[in-house]
Amino acid sequence: MKITFPHMGTTYIPVKMMLDELNIEAILPPNSNKRTLEIGTKISPEAICVPFKIITGNIIEGIELGANTVFMLTGCGPCRFGIFSCLQEEILKDIGYPVEFITADRFSNYEGLKEFIDRLKEVSESNSTIKIINTIRKGYKMLHEVDELAELTNKIRPREVRKGEVDKKWFNFENEIRKTYGYKAMMNIINKYRYEFNNIEIDQDKDCLKIGLVGEIYTILESYINLYIERKLGNMGIEVVRMASASEFVKEQLDFIPFLKSDKKKIYRAAARYLDIPIGGHAIHTIGNIIRGTNEGFDGFIHLLPFTCMPEIVAGSILPTIEKEQNIPILSLVLDEMTGETGYMTRIEAFIDVVQKRREIKNEGKRLYWN
Amino acid sequence: MKTKIGIPRALFYYEFASLWVNFFSELGLEVIISPKTNKKIINDGTIAAVDDACIPVKIYHGHVINLRNKVDYLFIPRIMGITKKEYICPKFCGLPEMIKYSVKDLPKLINTKIDLMKKDNLLNQMLEVGYIFINDKKRIVEAYHKAKAIYDYEKSKLKLPLVNNTNNVVIMGHPYILSDDYLNMNIKAKLKKAGLNYLLPEMFDDDILTKYAKQYNGKVFWYFFHQMIGTCFYLLEQKLVEGIIYLSSFGCGIDSVVAETVERNIRRNCDIPFMLLTIDEHSGEGGFNTRLEAFIDMLKWRKQNENYISPYGNYLYTR
Repeated sequence: MKITFPHMGTTYIPVKMMLDELNIEAILPPNSNKRTLEIGTKISPEAICVPFKIITGNIIEGIELGANTVFMLTGCGPCRFGIFSCLQEEILKDIGYPVEFITADRFSNYEGLKEFIDRLKEVSESNSTIKIINTIRKGYKMLHEVDELAELTNKIRPREVRKGEVDKKWFNFENEIRKTYGYKAMMNIINKYRYEFNNIEIDQDKDCLKIGLVGEIYTILESYINLYIERKLGNMGIEVVRMASASEFVKEQLDFIPFLKSDKKKIYRAAARYLDIPIGGHAIHTIGNIIRGTNEGFDGFIHLLPFTCMPEIVAGSILPTIEKEQNIPILSLVLDEMTGETGYMTRIEAFIDVVQKRREIKNEGKRLYWN
Repeated sequence: MKTKIGIPRALFYYEFASLWVNFFSELGLEVIISPKTNKKIINDGTIAAVDDACIPVKIYHGHVINLRNKVDYLFIPRIMGITKKEYICPKFCGLPEMIKYSVKDLPKLINTKIDLMKKDNLLNQMLEVGYIFINDKKRIVEAYHKAKAIYDYEKSKLKLPLVNNTNNVVIMGHPYILSDDYLNMNIKAKLKKAGLNYLLPEMFDDDILTKYAKQYNGKVFWYFFHQMIGTCFYLLEQKLVEGIIYLSSFGCGIDSVVAETVERNIRRNCDIPFMLLTIDEHSGEGGFNTRLEAFIDMLKWRKQNENYISPYGNYLYTR
């Protein structure tokens, strides 16, 4: 059995590691690129959100490399995500790729987690339950490590002395880890690159603007669809903070385990003034994280959402009020397969100018001109 | 003077109209319903609502704007789900917030949570609404039961005893699009005029739809998905109709999945003509009519020429 799975940012690293550890052959599709989107757009429903299109493209590229089974998460909720795998299976059947889907439901209670373990056991008969639990634990750890590494790069990138060093290193990191096999070797590479990133020469006293990325989790994590916004902002000398990450998402799902504490409650409490119940997707996280970030000294937020994303539209309708009441600039960027880079950059640059001026006014007090 | 309560004529009004209206009038309130959708309502709504909302939600904003100066209370329930274990579009759950932050100068909002997903207990939730106005449990319960009886009666009246006459066309889509004749550009009247009978998904019995929805080999966790896929499989088996028109609104998240699934199943399993029409606030009725007329013509020609096999290689449809 050869398993492929779709991309979401850097989550492929722990997923591949887990499959490696369980002795299942994993076929890693190439990172999302223009071709992925083109294939996906061609065979997907017209009005569906762009994550579906890219994921479908990933799966097909995986199949082209020889995979015969697809691993997907599903779920069940107001968001469309839960239905992705059903629809993809149907589409792939129609265009002549009869692959098998292995789906795992969201594991937000003990039964769900047990089902996930059983599913993995079904796939790899030779492994014991203990080994599977151990592998899940390793995967969870690696997810955190990779996310921490990405956070580290976001801190260093705006402050680096020689421009482009972080991007180059990150490129090498991804190249190297793709070719590595197993937990130990992959962990070694992560540790090696953490050391290298920490040794990059940086300008310690540089006063950087701090921008938070909020919104729908896939568009935040998948750099191809947000047109490498972290890299772009970082190279403009701005510290970017992802307000949603895969590790945090998994942590929230595993919240029921007594010793794991996620920020879920804090986020809900912060959002309560504007939206007091979760309505699916990441709408409440968008609101909650903006309120929390405002108190933590962020200069502005960029709200990313795929076109026709239902939960984020509700969040989007609340944002103008928050902008006014909390006195914080927010830029909403709607992403789909038609996003043109120039228009996108113009809006980001204009937004950064606004944030920059606000910072200057705050630092210098009242100016002599323009008032 | 009686307290005035306003109900916007959009979205789930069409599903629950008789229940809400009778409940509030039994409580001694004056119920004001916004007029039928018109050009001004759509324009007001489009300006007020967030850009990428779908047209029914924008129209809802328009109805709220129409009502806001005429009433003391506005009834905008937060509907989490209307059937057991089935979700609905998240925009309904966040509707009170969308209205609150997009429309200015609102009267008091009643946004009680109506959640029939876990506990099938509408009475308790309507009690909560009733207590806002009078502190008399007995009267509220009475009002609820009276209204529920009328509501159930009206629902059952909609159900169609299964007719097997020809010339049937089914119009699929959200109930709030199919019931709003301004929004759906009078599609029902247009079909009637062309000599066709129309059927709607809400005319079929729920039990039948549930039974047929089980044929779909995937999880069905949206109320609307369940209804449409049930209708689709029911039609495939019964061969009741000659054509299927799917009316969807631009940017509808649920339709993007449901319409695709329905279309694929229909195309794969039968030869009934299927047409997907997407509507939005650009009210270009000409293009809509052209496509509808072409579809109707095709249905007629199919029947006329069904057994016509040309003996000498002429084209089938040119005379």
